[in-house]
Order: sequence, then C-alpha cells, then structure tokens
Amino acid sequence: MDFLTTLQVLDSSLRQATPLLIACLAGLFSERAGIFDIGLEGKMLVAAFLSAAVAAVTGSVWLGLLAGIGASLVFSAIHGLASITFRGNQLISGVALNFLAAGLTVVIAQSWFAQGGRTPQLMAGGRFEPIILPGALTSSSDIAQAGPLMQLYSELISGHGLPVYVALALVPLTWWALFRTRFGLRLRAVGEAPEAVDTAGISVVGLRFAAVVIAGVLCGIAGAYLATGLQAGFTKDMTAGRGYIALAALIFAKWRPWYALGACLLFGFLQAVAIRFQNIDLGVVEVPVQVMDALPYILTVVILAGFVGRAIPPRAGGEPYVKER
Amino acid sequence: MTDRMPAWADAILVPLISLILAAIFSAIVIAAIGENPLEALELMIEGALGSTYGWGYTLYYATNFMFTGLAVAIAFHARMFNIGGEGQVLVGGLGVAIILLYLPLPHWTVALVAAMLMAAAFGAAWAAIPAYLQAKRGSHIVITTIMFNFIAAALLNWALVGPLKAPGQEPATPRFADSTHLPTLHDVFSVIGIDWSSAAPANVTLFVAVAACIGLWALIWRTRLGYEIRAFGSSEPAARYAGINPTRIIMVSMLISGGLAGCMAINNVQGEAERLVLNAAEGAGFIGIAVALMGRSHPFGVFLAALLFGFLYQGGAELALWMNIQRELIVVIQALVILFTGALDNMIRMPLERIFLTFRRRPDVPKPDRKSTSAEAAE
Repeated sequence: MDFLTTLQVLDSSLRQATPLLIACLAGLFSERAGIFDIGLEGKMLVAAFLSAAVAAVTGSVWLGLLAGIGASLVFSAIHGLASITFRGNQLISGVALNFLAAGLTVVIAQSWFAQGGRTPQLMAGGRFEPIILPGALTSSSDIAQAGPLMQLYSELISGHGLPVYVALALVPLTWWALFRTRFGLRLRAVGEAPEAVDTAGISVVGLRFAAVVIAGVLCGIAGAYLATGLQAGFTKDMTAGRGYIALAALIFAKWRPWYALGACLLFGFLQAVAIRFQNIDLGVVEVPVQVMDALPYILTVVILAGFVGRAIPPRAGGEPYVKER
Repeated sequence: MTDRMPAWADAILVPLISLILAAIFSAIVIAAIGENPLEALELMIEGALGSTYGWGYTLYYATNFMFTGLAVAIAFHARMFNIGGEGQVLVGGLGVAIILLYLPLPHWTVALVAAMLMAAAFGAAWAAIPAYLQAKRGSHIVITTIMFNFIAAALLNWALVGPLKAPGQEPATPRFADSTHLPTLHDVFSVIGIDWSSAAPANVTLFVAVAACIGLWALIWRTRLGYEIRAFGSSEPAARYAGINPTRIIMVSMLISGGLAGCMAINNVQGEAERLVLNAAEGAGFIGIAVALMGRSHPFGVFLAALLFGFLYQGGAELALWMNIQRELIVVIQALVILFTGALDNMIRMPLERIFLTFRRRPDVPKPDRKSTSAEAAE
C-alpha cells in the first residue's frame, strides 16, 4: 500500500470517525452526569432524517442542521422526562427512543417524500461543502504529483466539511468544560455522588437536564453531518449502529474526552478499512470483512471485561436520584 | 400495604392504560400522515383476525414473540436486562441450520427435538459469555448483550456468504430436507376436520411455545430455583445473605433466557423459511422487550402480550399493503409500548396510586387501639 492510499484511508477514517466522535462526546456529557444514554443511535437517526428533510425542502444546510438539533432535543426531553422526572429505567427509555426513531423516520419520510422511506438527494446548498484550506490542492491528479507533505496537507487535513473540524475542536472544549469549569465539576459530581451535590444546595435535576440537553445538541450535529455531510440525504436506518459504536467508544475511552478521540479514530479507521477493502489477505490467513465489522464490538467487550485496563463507569450512573425525606 | 394499590390494578390497569396511551399516540401519528386511524384499525383487525389466513400469520408471529418475551421476562426476574435476544435468535438459527443441513433426520418429530436442543444450546451459549462477564467481572450486561447482537450479525453474515452458503446469488443456506418439514396448523387442524388456511406459516412450534410459557411459570413460582431467581432479583444482598450464590443465579437465568430466545429459531428457521437467511430474526428479539414489559414478566402476561404483538405485526403488514402506511408503524407502536410500560411507568403509576388512596374506604386505616380510645375518651 503506497503513501497516498494510506492517506486516503486515513482521510476516510476521519470522516467516518466524525459522527462517532460527536455522539461519543454527547454520551460523555450525559453519562458523566449519571444518565445512561443508549438512545444516542435514535437521536442521531431523527436528527439525520429531519436535517435531510428540511435541507431538501429549503435548500439550506443550516436550516437542516437546526431542524436536526431540534428533533434530537425533543428526544432528549423525553429521555430526561422518563429518567430524571419520573425516575424510570434509563436503559429502557433509551431502547424505546431508538425504536421510536427507527419507526417514525421511515413512516414520516414515506408520507412526505413517497420515496420508500428516504429523502430526495441533496443538492449543493443542502450539504456541508468541503472546506479547502489555504494553499491546498484540490484535483486528485495534482495531489498525486505533489510531495508527501503537500499530499498529507491536501488529502488528509484539508477538504472536509465543517462538522469534521467542529468535532475535533469539541474534544479540547469538552475537556475544558468538564475538568476546568465549575459547571464541569458539578456535572461530574452529580454522576458520582448526587447526594453530595444536593447537600451543597445545587439542583441535581437541573444539572442532569443540562447534561441531557447538551447530549441532545451534540447528537443533533452528529446526525445532521451523517445525512448532509457524509452522505447526501437520509436513507432508512442510516445510522447503522453508529450510536452503539459511539457508546462502545465511550466505554473504550473510559469516559474521558481525549481517549474518546483516540477510540473514535480507531473505530472510524476500522470502518474505513472495511469500506475500502473487502477481505484482507495477511499472507497466512485471509481476514473476512465481517471481522472488521465486528471488531469495535469485540474490543469493547474485552475492555468491559477488564482484561486490558478496567473501565469503571460513573458511580451513580443509571440510578435515579431520590431526595431523602 | 396501606400505601399501595391493589395487585389487580398493578397487573392489569397499569399495562392497560399504557397500551391505551400508546394507541392514542399511534393514532395521532397515523392522522398526522393524513390517513384515517379508525379505518387503519378496521383494516388491521380484518387482516389479522378476519380469516384463518390472517390468524395463521398472527399466531406465527405470536409464537416468535412468546419465545423472545419469555427470554426477556426470566432475565427480568433476576433483575438482568437481556437486550441480546436478537443475537441469541440469530445464533440459535445457526444451530438449527447446522443440524438440519448435516444430519439426515428421518422424521419431523426427531428433527424438531434435535433442532430445539441445538437452538437452545446455541442461544444459551451466546448468552453465556455476557452472563459470565457480568457475574465474574461486573461488565454491564446491557452493553455486552448489545455488543453481542452486532457480533452475532457479523458471524451470520460470514457464515451465509462463506461456509454455509447455497450455490447461487443469495446469501442463504440450502433448503433443509423435506423430512424435517414441520406440520403447519393446516395439517394439524385437518386431522380433526377444521378447515384452516394452508398458506399461513403458523406451525406446531406454537404448541412448543405455549408449553414453554407453562413450563416457565412452573419454574418461576413452583421450584426452588425459581424462588432463588426471584429472591436474587428483588434483593441481591438479601439473597446473598440467605446463601444464594449470585454467580449461579446470573448464569442460570441468562442461560435459560438465551436458550428460550434461541428456540425461536425452530419457528422461523425450521418452521417458516426452511433454510437460514440473512436477518432471520427480523427484530423479534427486540419485540421481546416490549412483550415482557407489557406482560409484567409473568408467563401468562407474556402469552397475551405476544398475541397482541402478533396481531399488530400481521395487521401492520396489511396496512403497508392497502394504505400508504409503512410497516415501520409497528416499530413506532412497539417503541411507545416500551416507553409507557417500561420507562414512563411511574407517570401512570403515581397518579393511579393517588386515586386509589383517595378512594380507599376508612376501615383500612389501622383499627384504633387502646391508646387512641383513651384519647377519644379524653375529648
């Protein structure tokens, strides 16, 4: 495999990793505050659908993005209502939201566009266009001629949609918000010992809702990028388990932002390799493409099993907070 | 017991109200996409219950959901949430396909028993790893079973384009031998002279599923093991203190759960398709969650809820045929049922409890004892 092919695979990895990374950070905020979020998948899916639908009708990717975030926030509100207000089972709520998204998107898409549960192909203005960084080459023949550094710059670093750069910027931002601000300290505390936060006179319910809302906004961006950046329109079940991979990445990263970047890039790389190559011939054995598909999940189970470093979730995660009376 | 509502309200009223809420929201969805909800309901009833053909499909789906519903229910009793039903069904199907393809079996009765054992063994094996990791390493079983669903799908993909693939384009196994064909309800009922549609896929597996409901009821409420599972589910520290081994209970309940889910494969793989195809489970593993929640984890409740979802599934297929409503509407209803019976349970329970407490008759207040009579005398 030559240098340019490697770059192309890495370039594709970065694109594949973007929705994973944003969704993973969404899960990070939610789970650090003690709210398990299995519904990442569903929130991304409704966001993908509504952003594609609005972008197709209005021709504006920005309106699409807003609509996507709005849809995702509605789902977040239901999750918050069920798991915070009514102290229901957070896992069951997440599962229900995933199915709600899977069903609603197809039913509504068929009713609006009558194209078998998909939205129309998005035209130029309805998508996130690649951003060409200054001095970067654009045509593939020019890139093939250029030196290695120029190839790296033009192929890998330049030419992505805005959400890719946003996702990368979100990592330090999340780290800063969680570990360097008062809000972050309280958010983490509410996931570890909500009774202590309550004793200090800070609203547990308020903080948890804040975390769920942040997760909703991020899932909205992730879903919108899926339908208006990575692809040009919504197709049935287009998240294809990405929400669960993001969840896996979150555990893989042990609920830390920088580790999340690493985990998502790794899982994005696996997806990119599975897309580009089918079966991989290692000389001795041929690795079937299905192994690539299953690898993120297998790695997560191994990590969860604690054989390679133990993943310890926030202590109060998944438990509704009941004020003592 | 004074601050709780009667058991019948808990068992019947709460799921019923949840169901009505889910139905109302589904009707809103149907109306929002410009169709008539009442017309849709009429069509569903006609299509699912109006003929032996419709019943044949309704009962076929209900059979699937009984297995997966029971699987989720038994795990719930041990306070385990097994989302891995889907993967366990797929792997159970793999077991069924392997034995029916490679072992020449003379008669369907032998084939049924053999397939059942393989399906249960494969399904249980697929549940065993997450169960072991939960019991021994504390890995959250919800996450691991979700991961195992995806791993199962990848495994099945590989098997169906690789070693088990039949010649041709389609990723599927060859057809099973004719001798392994399970009698359909048409064959069964024609023996006693009832005319039943021969086109519908419901088959003798239905009776196996009903037997499984009864068997599981007996296991949960009539055996020592069932008692231990329930004790462990209601309080782990108490169960531990009573000498119940947590590892054993987690393993056993999850093995039963996986085995039951795996057994669904005799219905859809041996009974209906008569070969193994891609995505053979068709989401039935997930519907088991809704069925178990709706049925309050009681085998009889699961039986009823499975019938309801069988009706919804077949009715939904009819909707997709005759109206501009996608089949995915069923997924919406399923989601709403899970949401209302599972996650928003308290939203229904809290006001209901309040109503019951308000209307509770006076004599339920503890009888006045000596002290209070003296207090009355003092007044």
